[in-house]
Amino acid sequence: MSGILASMIDGLLIGSVYGLAAMGLSLIWGVMDVINLTHGAMIALGMFGMYLLFGASAANPYLLLIPVIAAGLVLGMIVYWLSVSWVIDRPQLMSLLSTFAVNMMVIGIGTAIWSTSPYNVNFSLPGITVGAYTFTGNHIAAAISAVVIALLLELFLYRTRAGKAIRAVADNRDAAELMGISSTQVLMVAFAIGIALAAASGALVSTLFPFTILSGASYQLKSFVVTVLAGLGKPFGALVAGVLLGLLEGAVSPFIAVSWIPLIEFGLFVVVLILFPRGIFGRATA
Amino acid sequence: MMLRRPLFWLILLLAAVFAWLPKHGNNVALREDLILVAVAIILTSNLNLMIGYTGYVNFGHIVFYGLGGYVGLYLMTVRSWHLIPAALTAGVAVSVLALLFGLGILRLRGAYFALATIGVLEAVQAFVSNFESWGRSTGMYVSFESYVPMGGPKHALWLTYFLIIGVMALSLMLSLGIRRSKFGLGLFAIREDEDAAIVLGVNATLYKAIIYSVSAFLPAVAGALMFFKNGMIDPSIAFEYMLSLEGIVMLMLGGQGTVAGSALGAGLYERLRSYLLTSPRLSAFHLVIAGALLLLVIRLAPGGLIGWLYRLVPRSREVIE
Amino acid sequence: MTDLLQVRGISKRFGGLQAVADVSFNLGEGEILGLIGPNGAGKTTLFNLVNGVFKSDAGTITFLGKDITGRSPDQVVHLGLARTHQIVRPLSGMSVLENVIVGACFGRENQSMREARATALEVLERVGLADRANSSARALTLAGKKRLEVARALAARPMLLLLDEVLAGLNPTEIGQMIALILSIRDGGVSVFMIEHVMQAIMNLSDRIVVLNLGRKIAEAPPAEVVKNADVVEAYLGFPDIVDKLRGAQ
Repeated sequence: MSGILASMIDGLLIGSVYGLAAMGLSLIWGVMDVINLTHGAMIALGMFGMYLLFGASAANPYLLLIPVIAAGLVLGMIVYWLSVSWVIDRPQLMSLLSTFAVNMMVIGIGTAIWSTSPYNVNFSLPGITVGAYTFTGNHIAAAISAVVIALLLELFLYRTRAGKAIRAVADNRDAAELMGISSTQVLMVAFAIGIALAAASGALVSTLFPFTILSGASYQLKSFVVTVLAGLGKPFGALVAGVLLGLLEGAVSPFIAVSWIPLIEFGLFVVVLILFPRGIFGRATA
Repeated sequence: MMLRRPLFWLILLLAAVFAWLPKHGNNVALREDLILVAVAIILTSNLNLMIGYTGYVNFGHIVFYGLGGYVGLYLMTVRSWHLIPAALTAGVAVSVLALLFGLGILRLRGAYFALATIGVLEAVQAFVSNFESWGRSTGMYVSFESYVPMGGPKHALWLTYFLIIGVMALSLMLSLGIRRSKFGLGLFAIREDEDAAIVLGVNATLYKAIIYSVSAFLPAVAGALMFFKNGMIDPSIAFEYMLSLEGIVMLMLGGQGTVAGSALGAGLYERLRSYLLTSPRLSAFHLVIAGALLLLVIRLAPGGLIGWLYRLVPRSREVIE
Repeated sequence: MTDLLQVRGISKRFGGLQAVADVSFNLGEGEILGLIGPNGAGKTTLFNLVNGVFKSDAGTITFLGKDITGRSPDQVVHLGLARTHQIVRPLSGMSVLENVIVGACFGRENQSMREARATALEVLERVGLADRANSSARALTLAGKKRLEVARALAARPMLLLLDEVLAGLNPTEIGQMIALILSIRDGGVSVFMIEHVMQAIMNLSDRIVVLNLGRKIAEAPPAEVVKNADVVEAYLGFPDIVDKLRGAQ
C-alpha cells in the first residue's frame, strides 16, 4: 500500500469526525438560518469534557460520549437562551454577532481555566496493520463512533415525531406552526442537538490529537467548508462531505506543510460559495 | 461644508490634545497610553466604514494592520527605506491587495462575507508564517541603524507618535467626509437593502470593493508605523485575532455607523482593556468581559452609546455625527 | 411613434419552471403600456428581465436604440429605465428625503448631492410626500411607501418607468391619487410600463395592453380589443372554450 493511499484512508477516518462536527453546524443553519459562531468553542468544550470525564472515571471514552452528548444538549439550551432565542427573526448578521459574543465568552472562560497549554486524552486502542502501515485504533474507533451517531441522528430525524417536527420547521416554519408544531420549542431542541453534535465531535477529536481551548477554531473552519460543500439541511450529506474533506487532506498532506491546509480550506470555502451558492449537492443557502 | 461641522473641529481638537499633552510634560508613559488609544481609534473608525456604513461585517480587519506592518518593516529593514515612504507604500500595497481580494469575496453577501474575512485573516497568517523573505514564524527585527536617519531611537519614537496621531485624525476625517458624500449615500443604501440599491443605480460591486480597499489603507499605514516603533513583527503578534474581535466590540459599544461612536468606543474600551490587563485577577477574563459587553450592547442598545444619545436627544443627531 | 423599448424573444427558466417563454413586444414613446395576466403568468419575472435583475436565457432587449440585454440594473437605470417593486423596498433606516436623493444621485443624470436634493424635494412635492420628507421611511403607511417607490424611481429622471402593481393594497381614494400621478408622469414625457391587477384602472390608463399567460404572450392590443380576446378570457376564467360556451348559453 502506498503512502498516499494510507494517508487518504486515514483522512477518510478523521473526515468522518469532520462530518459529525459539520452536521451540528448544518442542522442549526438549515433549521433556523442561524450561523452558529459558537461552534468552534463547543467543539473545544467537547474536547475538555471528554478529558475531564476520562480523567475522573478512566472509563472507555467511546462510552463517555453519552454523557458528553447529554451535557452538550443542556449546554445547547443554555446558549440558545443566551444568544439565539431572540435573534431568530432578526437579520442574520445579528445571530452572527451574538453567537460570536458568546464564543468570546466561552473561549475567555476556557482560557482562564485551562490556559493555552495542550492537553490530551491518554487512551489508545490497538491499531490495524496493513503491510507497512498501521492505522491507529483511535482513528478507526472515532470513525465508527461518528458514523453511529450520524445514523442515530438520521433515525431521529426521519423516524420520530420530534425529528419530523424539526424537519417541518426547517422546511417552512409558518406552515409547521399552522400544523400545531411549537416552533420555539423545536428550534431550541434543534439547536441543542447541533451543539451536542459539535461537543461529540470534539470529544472524539480529543482521543486523536493533543488539543487546547483554541483548537476548536480550525474544526469550525472545516465545518463551514463541509457545510457549504454539502448544502444545508442534509445531515448525511454533511457526513459524506466531511469524509471527502478528510480524504482531500489525506491526499494533500504528504506534500504540503500542515500550516498551508487552513489556507487551502479557506480558498475552497470561498470558491465553493462563489460558484455554488446552493452548495454542491444541497438546497439553497440563505 | 466640512468646516461647518462641529465634529471636524472636535477631531482637530482631539488630535491637538493628543499631540500636546505628552510632549508638553515629556511624559513617555502617557504617550505610550495614548498611542494605544490612537491605534484603537484608527482601527475602529476604518472598521466602521465596512460595518457601520456598508453593513458588511469584517471579522478579519486586523489583517490590514498586520500586513501593513510586514510590508513596512520589510521595506525598512531589508530595503533600508525611510519610515514615511515605507509606511505610505505599505498602505498603498495593502489597499491594492485588499481591492483584489475584495473583488473576490465581496460577491458573498452578509454572513458569508463575514465568514470569508475570518478565512482571509487565517490565510494571510498561514502564508506569512511560511514566507521566507519575511522571516517566516520568527518574523523581522528593526535594527538600530534604522533609527539613525531619524536622529536616534528617542526622536524616532516621538516622530512615530505624531505620525500616528496624524493617521488617527485622517481616519476620523475620512469617516466624516464619506458620511455626507454621494459615495457614502451609496454605501448606506447598500447597507439598508443591497438589491434595492442596485435597482436604484448604485454599482454595489464597485462600491463595496472600493470601501473595502479604502478601509485597509490607514490601518496598514498605522501597522507599518507601530511595528516599526515596537521594533519587531512576527505572525502571532501581527495578526492577533483578538484585536480584530475587540475592534468589533469597540465599534458596537461606541455606536456603529457614527464617527463619534468609533472614537468613543475605542477610547472607552481601550481604557477598560488596559485596566483589565494590569489587574492580576481580571486579566484572564479580558476576553469574557469583551464578549459579555458585545452581547449586552447587541441585546440592549444595538446603536451603542451614541445611538442611545440620539434617542435621548434627537437633535444631537445632526451635530454628533 | 418611435419605439422606446423593443423586446425580442426573451425567456427565463428556473429549474423545471419556464417562467417566461419567447416574449416579444414594443413600447412606444409617450405610451402607457399595461401588462396583465393571471397570477404566476410571469409578469414580475418579465420586469426583472427587462431591468436586468435576471439575465434572459435568450433574445434581446433594446432600449433607446441600445442593446441592454444582460446589463445589470444599475447600468440600466443610468440609461433611463427605472422601476418600482411589487413588494415595497424602502431604505428603512433612512428618511423619505434621503431615499429619493439616492434615486436622483444614482439615476440617469448622475447628479451631485446638492442637485439631487433639489430634485428630490421637487419629486416629493409632485407625489405628495413633501410633508413627510424628514420622516423615517419605515414610518410611512403602505400608500406612502408606494408613493415613495414611485418618487425614488422618478428622481432618477427616467425615460421609461416600470411600475409593478403600484395600486395593490390601496383604498379607492389612494388609487385615484395614484392614477392621477401616473397620468401626470406620462404627460411629463415619461413612458410607462405597468403591471396591474386592478382591471378598471389598467383598462382606463393603458394605451395598449400586453397579456401574459403561463409565461407566453397571448395578446398585445388596445384595451377594447383585449377584453374581447377569447384567449385572454379563457386565461383568466380558466376553462377552455369558455367563451364559446358562454356565447352558446346565450
